Amino acid sequence: MNGPTEPMIQLRQAAKRFESRGQVVDALHPTDLDIAAGEVFGLLGFSGAGKSTLLRLINRLEEPTQGSVRVDGLEMTGLRGAELSRARQRVGMIFQQFNLLAHRTALGNVEFALEVAGVPAAQRARTARESLHAVGLADKEGAYPAQLSGGQRQRVAIARALATQPKVLLCDEATSALDPHTALSILRLLRRLNRERGMTIVIVTHDIKVASYLCQRCIVLERGRVVDAIDMADPRPRSPLGRFFFETARGWTDDTVLPTEEEA
Amino acid sequence: MNELLKSFVEFGPDLWKATLDTFIMVGATMASAVLLGTPLGVMLFVTAPQGLYPRPLLNRVVGYLVNALRSFPFIILLVLLIPVSRFVVGTSIGPKAAAVALSVAVIPYFARLVEQNLRDVPRGVIDMAHACGASARHMVFKVLLSEARVALVGSLTVTATGFIAYSAVAGAVGAGGLGDLAIRYGYYRFETGVMVWCCVIMFVLVQATQMAGNALAARLDRR
Repeated sequence: MNGPTEPMIQLRQAAKRFESRGQVVDALHPTDLDIAAGEVFGLLGFSGAGKSTLLRLINRLEEPTQGSVRVDGLEMTGLRGAELSRARQRVGMIFQQFNLLAHRTALGNVEFALEVAGVPAAQRARTARESLHAVGLADKEGAYPAQLSGGQRQRVAIARALATQPKVLLCDEATSALDPHTALSILRLLRRLNRERGMTIVIVTHDIKVASYLCQRCIVLERGRVVDAIDMADPRPRSPLGRFFFETARGWTDDTVLPTEEEA
Repeated sequence: MNELLKSFVEFGPDLWKATLDTFIMVGATMASAVLLGTPLGVMLFVTAPQGLYPRPLLNRVVGYLVNALRSFPFIILLVLLIPVSRFVVGTSIGPKAAAVALSVAVIPYFARLVEQNLRDVPRGVIDMAHACGASARHMVFKVLLSEARVALVGSLTVTATGFIAYSAVAGAVGAGGLGDLAIRYGYYRFETGVMVWCCVIMFVLVQATQMAGNALAARLDRR
């Protein structure tokens, strides 16, 4: 299992190439990355930069076309069937569009993760209720997603992701569909989970405010390549894109320098 | 008006028997649709080249078979399936024999509808289930079929009403049922009253089926 020095998440020359109808797209060029246990790590970039692809390599929603991905000491590439299912249950994930089951209640959505994980029926409801309680939705267990606000839906999704007690939580633009007030409340919840449970969190975002609030370290992706690595305690972006992100944190002005790619 | 009442009294037992026969035919047909058409539709959906569990060759072969069956004029299918009916239900005439032909027609039809309905399950929800580590069985039953339930009930309703009418065509091989009665008595023997009653009962059946389907869909819909 995880040795004392081994990172929670480790990519070695991991890459993803899509080929369809003769078109080759390198969504992610070979990338090395180490994310420590208990760290909150950000993947910054514009749409199509490869940050979601990188995130989805971690729980094998995308299969790398080369390289290796290890999570908590377990090599994710090459896993099949029940082994892959078990490995995925150790990594929670939430999404921009929440992706709840529309025909299940809040409790039912959390129970789904437990059913899939093979938790005995007698235990499921109790565990699911604890999970809803942890995200502050104990009183909404009977509500269907359509009856919940965006923020509440994302809380249900977080409860679902927490139910199987994963060590890692992946967040794919988890607050992008929410208004700033709700987004901050979700970010606070994530921060609390990180602090109280030591949960390793990887977030994908194009919003520097999200990264600044939550992350200890970030990388910036551009066209499938890592162009910057930033320590958020002392941010010194070296790439034009990295600088652009930090400048926009102060608000846009006529003098804001667009990254060269965008100007062309 | 008097004529109509008279024929209702005179042919009451025949109408009753024909209604029951229609029920048997359509009931058996719908059972085939659900029990065999649904799995076939799920299979078409998940084995597609960009599907959840791609099996392009299998998908293509089954797709051709389904299309082939769908392309037969139903009346030809009825005749072609006479030996099959004899083998499966021991007779080549009557409602049971017609049910065999109707089933063969409904399975590929319903399968295509199921396949289409499953396409509307949001990609993100499928991602979520994958991320939870869902097995293929969980994916099919707890995600795909469960989330598409409203559309599936709609498809089932459309299929049922369509095949109530279709079952009448099966009268051509002496299938029994309301269509058969309408043709043999109403048309060939100029008993207009019988024809009218048959049509009225069919109308009621189709209306009732559609209303029941709509009500069930509304009850199942949590969105």
